[in-house]
Amino acid sequence: MRAVQSLDPGLHRHHGRPLNVEMVVAVELNTVSRFYGEVRALDHISATIGEGEFFSMLGPSGSGKTTCLRLIAGFEQPTTGSILIHGKDATGVPPYERDVNTVFQDYALFPHMTNLENIEYGLKVKGVAKTERKQRAQEALAMVALPDLGKRKPWQLSGGQRQRIALARALVNRPRVLLLDEPLGALDLKLREQMQVELKALQRKLGITFIYVTHDQGEALSMSDRVAVFNAGRLEQIDTPQNLYMRPSTVFVANFVGTSNVVEGRPALDISGQPHSFSIRPEHISFVQGPPTPETIHISGRLVDIQYYGAHSRYEVEIAGSLLFSVQLASESSAQDILPRVGDEVMIGWSRRAMVHLGDL
Amino acid sequence: MTTPVKSHIALRRNISSFLYRRSTVYLLLLLLPPLLWFGIVYLGSLLALLVQSGYTFDDFSMTVLPVFTWKNYQNLLLAANFDIVLRTFAMATAVSLFCACLGFPIAYYMVRYAGGWQRGFFYIAVLLPMWASYIVKVYSWTVILAKGGIAYWFINQAGLGHALESLLALPFIGGNTLSTSHLGRLLVFSYVWLPFMILPIQSSIERINPNLLTASADLGARPGQTFRTILLPLAMPGVVAGSIFTFCLTFGDYIIPTLVGPSGFFIGTMVYTQQGAIGNMPMAAAFTVVPIVVIGLYLTFAKRMGAFDAL
Amino acid sequence: MRSDGKCPFWLKFVAFGGIFFLHFPIIVIAAYAFNTEESAFSFPLQGFTLKWFAAAFARQDILDAITLSLKVASITTAAAIVLGTMAAAALYRRSFFGKETITLIFILPIALPGIITGIALLSAFRMAGWDLNFWTIVAGHTTFCVVVVYNNVIARFRRTSQNLIEASMDLGADGMQTFFHIILPNIATALLAGGVLAFALSFDEIIVTTFTAGPERTLPIWLLNQLTRPRDVPITNVVALVVMMATLIPILCAYYMTRGKESIEGSGK
Repeated sequence: MRAVQSLDPGLHRHHGRPLNVEMVVAVELNTVSRFYGEVRALDHISATIGEGEFFSMLGPSGSGKTTCLRLIAGFEQPTTGSILIHGKDATGVPPYERDVNTVFQDYALFPHMTNLENIEYGLKVKGVAKTERKQRAQEALAMVALPDLGKRKPWQLSGGQRQRIALARALVNRPRVLLLDEPLGALDLKLREQMQVELKALQRKLGITFIYVTHDQGEALSMSDRVAVFNAGRLEQIDTPQNLYMRPSTVFVANFVGTSNVVEGRPALDISGQPHSFSIRPEHISFVQGPPTPETIHISGRLVDIQYYGAHSRYEVEIAGSLLFSVQLASESSAQDILPRVGDEVMIGWSRRAMVHLGDL
Repeated sequence: MTTPVKSHIALRRNISSFLYRRSTVYLLLLLLPPLLWFGIVYLGSLLALLVQSGYTFDDFSMTVLPVFTWKNYQNLLLAANFDIVLRTFAMATAVSLFCACLGFPIAYYMVRYAGGWQRGFFYIAVLLPMWASYIVKVYSWTVILAKGGIAYWFINQAGLGHALESLLALPFIGGNTLSTSHLGRLLVFSYVWLPFMILPIQSSIERINPNLLTASADLGARPGQTFRTILLPLAMPGVVAGSIFTFCLTFGDYIIPTLVGPSGFFIGTMVYTQQGAIGNMPMAAAFTVVPIVVIGLYLTFAKRMGAFDAL
Repeated sequence: MRSDGKCPFWLKFVAFGGIFFLHFPIIVIAAYAFNTEESAFSFPLQGFTLKWFAAAFARQDILDAITLSLKVASITTAAAIVLGTMAAAALYRRSFFGKETITLIFILPIALPGIITGIALLSAFRMAGWDLNFWTIVAGHTTFCVVVVYNNVIARFRRTSQNLIEASMDLGADGMQTFFHIILPNIATALLAGGVLAFALSFDEIIVTTFTAGPERTLPIWLLNQLTRPRDVPITNVVALVVMMATLIPILCAYYMTRGKESIEGSGK
C-alpha cells in the first residue's frame, strides 16, 4: 500500500479513489462520543483512517473536529466508544505513551528553551543519548529548511518559522501518525498557500499518516486524500475531495464545501418534479433560451445582482420572488452581448445530471 | 536487564499514568495538604474560637469553665464595651474617608498624567511603603509626632504652634500632644493603609474609557460636573474596594491604638488585654466576633457595589 | 488612559505630596539610625555616626531575634511555596463543586484581621494542649503566607498556555518530567516572587506572632517591646532600619522579577 503510494502519490489524489479494502488501518474511531455535561461536543463518531493517508477533519468552529483530534492525541478521553491506534485500544493510554504527535494551533513551543532544545525535547524525555538526539534534531531543522535557527528562542522567529519548528519538533520523534490542529490558521494567505504545498510534499515523502484539522474548505480539498466533514458534533460525510464537492450527501456539506444552490421542500418538487431536496453548483447553471429537454431543467426569474470576480462573474437570479440562485460564468463570456443586465427577466437552466439529490422530502 | 534505574523509571511512569487516568485522585493529592492545613488547622481554630465565646469565665477563680452562656455577648452591649465598638467603628470610617480623599487624586494623577518614567516611579513609590515593615512605619510616626520631634519642630518654625494648641484642644479630635491625640492616631492609621486605597482606585480609573470624560466635557460639563457625574460613579467600585482594606484593617488593628493616641480601648486592644492580662478567653473571643460580623456585612455591601471586580 | 491635557498644579502637588508623605517616615527612620544623639527623638539631628550599628550588632538579644526571624521566615516561605503551589496547580483549571469556597478559605487569613487569626490559633493550640514554641510561630505565619504564593503562582499558571503541558505530554514526557522540564521553569519567577513576598510578610509579621509565640522574640516583637518601654532608643532606630531594609529589598526584587518576565512574554507575542 505504502509502496504504491510513494511511486505515484498523485494517482491517489487526482482520482480521489477511496481507500482500498486492504488498507492498513492507522486510527479507528468506534462510535466515539465526548460530552461536557449537557454539551455534546462529539456525538457517536465512527471513522477509519488508513496508514499513510492525508486525512482532514473539516467543519466550522465548535463542530467537534478539534475535540476529535484531542481524543486521538490522548489529551481527553471519550465519554463513550473506543479509539484504536494501530489496532491497539487507546482507552486510558496517556498522550506520552501514544505513537502520535501533534502540531498545535498556537505552536505551543516552550518559551524557555531554544528551538533546538524544543526539537530535542521529545527525544530527551525518552532517554535518547545526547549525540544521537543532537544529530536527529539538526536533521529535523534541515528538513523544515531552518538549519541555522536552532540557537534562537521561539519568540525571535516569525509565525511561519515557528510553525516549521513545531513541525520539526513533532516529526523528530518519527511518529506513525501526525496530528495537525489548524497549523496554518495564524499565517497570512501567501504563506499559507506555500506551506500547504510543502506540508503535502512532506507527507508524501515521509509516508506517515497526517490527520489535519481545518475550518478552511479550500485547504481541506486541495491537500487531502479524504475529508471528514463535521457539524455540531456529528459526522456529515467522509469522502474524497472530488466526491465531497460533486456528490455532497447532506445539505450541510453542499453548503459548507464550496458554494451551492440548495433547494429544499416544496420548491424542490416544483422545480425538479421529484420529491428530493437537491443542490446544484453555480458553475453548472447557465443562461438558456427555449424549452427544456428531458435531461435539463429551465426556470425563469429576474436578475437582481452581478458580482465581478476577475476570472469569473456571479449572477444572482431571483425565482418566484423568494428563491435566490447563484449562476457562475467564466468572465470571457461577459464579452458576449447576449448577457443580461440587472433587472432583466432571464431564464436559467442546468442538466439534471449535475443535480445532487440530498434526501427525500 | 532490570537495573535499579530502569525499574525506577518504570515506577515513575506507572504512577504518572495512574494519576493521569484518575485525574480526580491527582487533584485530591494536590489539594489534600493545603486543605488539611486550612480546613483543619485554620477553620478548626476559628471554630474553636467561636465555641469559646460561649464558655463561662469565673471572675473569682479567674478560670474558664466549659459551660455554655450568652453572658459574654450580653457583656458586649454594656456601655463600656459598646463604647469600644463605637470608637473603633468611628475610627475605621474616618480613616476610610480620609484615605479616599487623599488617595483619589493620587490615583487619578497616576493614571491620567504619569507617563514615561513617572509611571513606574509612582507604582513602586506606592508599592514600597505598602510592603515596608508595618511596625517600623508605626514606630517612625511615634518618633515624628513625639514632643520635641520633627512635626513639632516644623510647626513651630512655621509659627503655627498656637494653631496646633487650639486644634488639639477640640473635642473628639484633640488630645494632650500630637502623639496622644485622636488626630495623630487618624494620621498614622491613614498613612499605614493609604496605599491599599490608592491601588484599587487606580485600577478602576484605568478601566474608564477616557473618551467618556472628553465626551462629558464636549457636551458642556465643567470639570467639577464631569467629576461628580462621570468619573466618581465609574471609579466608585475602586473606592469601595480600597475601603474594604482601610476599614477592615483599621477595625482589627491593635498595635496603632496601643502606640499612638489617647487611652481608651479599641476592639483589638480589648481582645489582647482580655486574653493576655486578664486571661478571659471567652470574652476576648466574643469581642472578635464583632469584627467578623461587621467585616462580613461590609464585604457583602462591597460585593453589591461591584467592588470585587475592582480588586 | 493618558491625557494630553495639562495637569492642574494642585493635582500635581497632591500627587507628589502624597508620595512624599508615604516615604517620609521611611526617610526619617533611615536618618535617625545615623544620629549621634542618645536620649530622645529630638530634631534637628545632631550629627552622623555609625556607632549604633556596632552597638546593635553586639547585642546578643538582637542577634537572637534576627536569627529567629530569619529561621521562621525561611521555613514559613518553604511551607508556603509547597502548599501554595499545590493549591494553585489544583485549582487553576478545573472547576468543581466547592472550588469558590476553597479559594475563599485561602484568602480568609489575610482578609480577616490578624488579631482574629492569632487568637483563633492560640485558642486552638491551647485546646490541643500544645506549648507555644518556634513551630507554633511558623504555623501561624504559614497560614497567611500561603495565599501570597498561591496568588502569584495561579496568575502565572493562567497565563501559561495549557498547550505547553499538553505538548510536553504529546512529545512523550510523563507527569513528573513535564513538571520539572516545562511547568517549573515557566512558573519559576512567580514562585520566587511569591516566596520573596511571603518571606517579607513573615519577617515583618507582628500581630499573629504576639499570640502564637512562646518566650521567643522575633525581631518585630523585640521592636514592639522597645516601643512600649522605651530604652536604648538609638539601637532601636538601627534595628528599625534593618527590619525596613529586610522587607523593602525583597519587595523590590520581587517587583523586578515579575515585571521583567512579563515584558519578555509580551515581546514574544
